[in-house]
Amino acid sequence: MSEAVRLQSPLVGFQLDARADAGVILRERAFCSHLNLRGEQSDPAFAAAIKQVLGLEVPFTPNTTTSAGDQTLYWLGPDEWLLVAAPEQAATLEAALRKALAGQFASVVDISGGQTVVELRGGNARDVLAKGCPLDLHPRAFGVGQCAQSHLAKCPLLLRPLADGFEVVVRRSFSDYFFSWIEDAAQEYGFSVVS
Amino acid sequence: MLLITCPWCGPRAESEFSCGGEAHIVRPKDPDALSDAEWADYVFYRTNTKGDHAEQWVHTYGCRRWFNVIRNTVTYEIKAVYKPGETPAGGEA
Repeated sequence: MSEAVRLQSPLVGFQLDARADAGVILRERAFCSHLNLRGEQSDPAFAAAIKQVLGLEVPFTPNTTTSAGDQTLYWLGPDEWLLVAAPEQAATLEAALRKALAGQFASVVDISGGQTVVELRGGNARDVLAKGCPLDLHPRAFGVGQCAQSHLAKCPLLLRPLADGFEVVVRRSFSDYFFSWIEDAAQEYGFSVVS
Repeated sequence: MLLITCPWCGPRAESEFSCGGEAHIVRPKDPDALSDAEWADYVFYRTNTKGDHAEQWVHTYGCRRWFNVIRNTVTYEIKAVYKPGETPAGGEA
């Protein structure tokens, strides 16, 4: 029988040490304005209209983004883009874009209520994503300015590398699953949430 | 897991894709003129190729676009990937 006294805090189950020095730090950017844009890449008027409203070049190269201020345009497909902007701008932007794109074979749909933006930072943000996402997340293959749609376990998501982490756009219906999955997968690195 | 090259997104894991079965099945121009056997052949019957097989795939979790793949059903080697309306490099499927 051991003579040593084994001290154990009553809070041992919460792994407070790991939380203080979390390897994965999650922050939600809630209520952003999300607009789905579709149009003809081959029509120069499409990119011109977007640029006139947003001041942003439409990213025509697959899996790239363009950003200015708090607005980011993501390539989703050869005729599909996502605009994420600051909260409470969706209606204004939608009206302005629809006006600029009038007469074109294009669409602007406000999907702000359907998805949310989450940022993952910390020394193990990449490790935790790599557990469930088949993308090559190394900065050599996936760096700032790129984006990719893929899946994390069974959750579809849109990923964008940040200078110090990753930004994830996740659908509302998958957000419970996404958070629970990340919380569980990040436990070994220490997980914390900041506002 | 297969590494499938999406014509738009580049090489991605098979888990991002869904297979849509045999490619290049053309809808009959005049369905009313078809016999039941011919219609059944169009709707239900597919080739069970041993070797190079033209298939439709969709990048479900990625750009959600359909494209065609020539895949060897024995070795699983993917010989060609091409967009709808294109012909694969190296000739007809």
